[in-house]
Amino acid sequence: MGELLQAARVQHALRLGDDALILGQRLGEWCGHAPTLEVDLALANFGLDLIGQAQHFLGYAGIVEGVGRDADALAFRRDVYDFRNCLLVEQPNGDFARTMARQFLFSTWQYLHMQALVSLPDRKIAEVAEKAVKEVDYHAGLSGDWIVRLGDGTEESQRRMIAGLAWNWRFVDELFEVQDGEADLVAAGFAVDRASLRPAWDAAVDAVFARAGLERPQVTRGITGGRIGRHSEHLGHLLAEMQFLPRAYPDAVW
Amino acid sequence: MDGEFPLWEVFVRAKNGLAHRHVGSIHAADAKMAIDGARDVYTRRMEGVSLWVVPSAQITASDPGDAGKLFEPAADKVYRHPTFYVVPDNIKHI
Repeated sequence: MGELLQAARVQHALRLGDDALILGQRLGEWCGHAPTLEVDLALANFGLDLIGQAQHFLGYAGIVEGVGRDADALAFRRDVYDFRNCLLVEQPNGDFARTMARQFLFSTWQYLHMQALVSLPDRKIAEVAEKAVKEVDYHAGLSGDWIVRLGDGTEESQRRMIAGLAWNWRFVDELFEVQDGEADLVAAGFAVDRASLRPAWDAAVDAVFARAGLERPQVTRGITGGRIGRHSEHLGHLLAEMQFLPRAYPDAVW
Repeated sequence: MDGEFPLWEVFVRAKNGLAHRHVGSIHAADAKMAIDGARDVYTRRMEGVSLWVVPSAQITASDPGDAGKLFEPAADKVYRHPTFYVVPDNIKHI
């Protein structure tokens, strides 16, 4: 039981860290390519916020795991199947509208999740969440403003935002999925019940859609699997770029 | 460029008790977006605790051509500086 719980705690910290790491890397791809200087800096700021969270969560995963892997080892020396991020964060950036749609759906969820984690008995997770919640509050607000601005903007901006939301909406259900063995983790005070976040998320998203004059995308069935390592082909390409340098030059330092 | 967002001037208060200082400008469609843009561009390294943004079009500037009559007359009025006056040795706390 003790070992099972320990393994589940590692998986939980990896989920938190990998979500942040992969989305942070995705946002970094915008650097120098965003529509305006202001947006370029905002996306880079978001990315760096997330990489910072990833360092803490992955570092903690390594400590609980107890076999000497630090955050860098976990970020740069695991293969696709060992990543535990949700499918939403690994989705390609697409155009700016699709990036903002992904950000809004994720940050709205991450905000609620971090807010819940703040009062967790596991103080290490709670302390990271406390720092993250302010960052993510801003991410959710700014991306929500772009949902409204593009959704309620020109014909073209609306078309792009509708397409961006439709692309990402398939991966929403996975955010609220509860993994096998996770009930024990929740009972022991190491995680929160993610399914319970859904009503608040629905309300927050619907409120922004109402301001934007947008409808919820119609999706028949969600796609899932990222939490157990079944990823889209996109993650492999992302890791190839992200992990190249530390794999080719293992002892490289600044 | 056509269709570019309007320009806003950004003022940052470095800490409470100090005045807001002009730090630069940004482009934004509205005031909320201007505050967010100013936050992202000018306060990334803990530069401030408060922001002001003002539409650049709302600022009235003095005409550079008037610089002569506006500013040069002050040049020979050194008596307007407190250092012009000699303070007697027996005057304290000044």
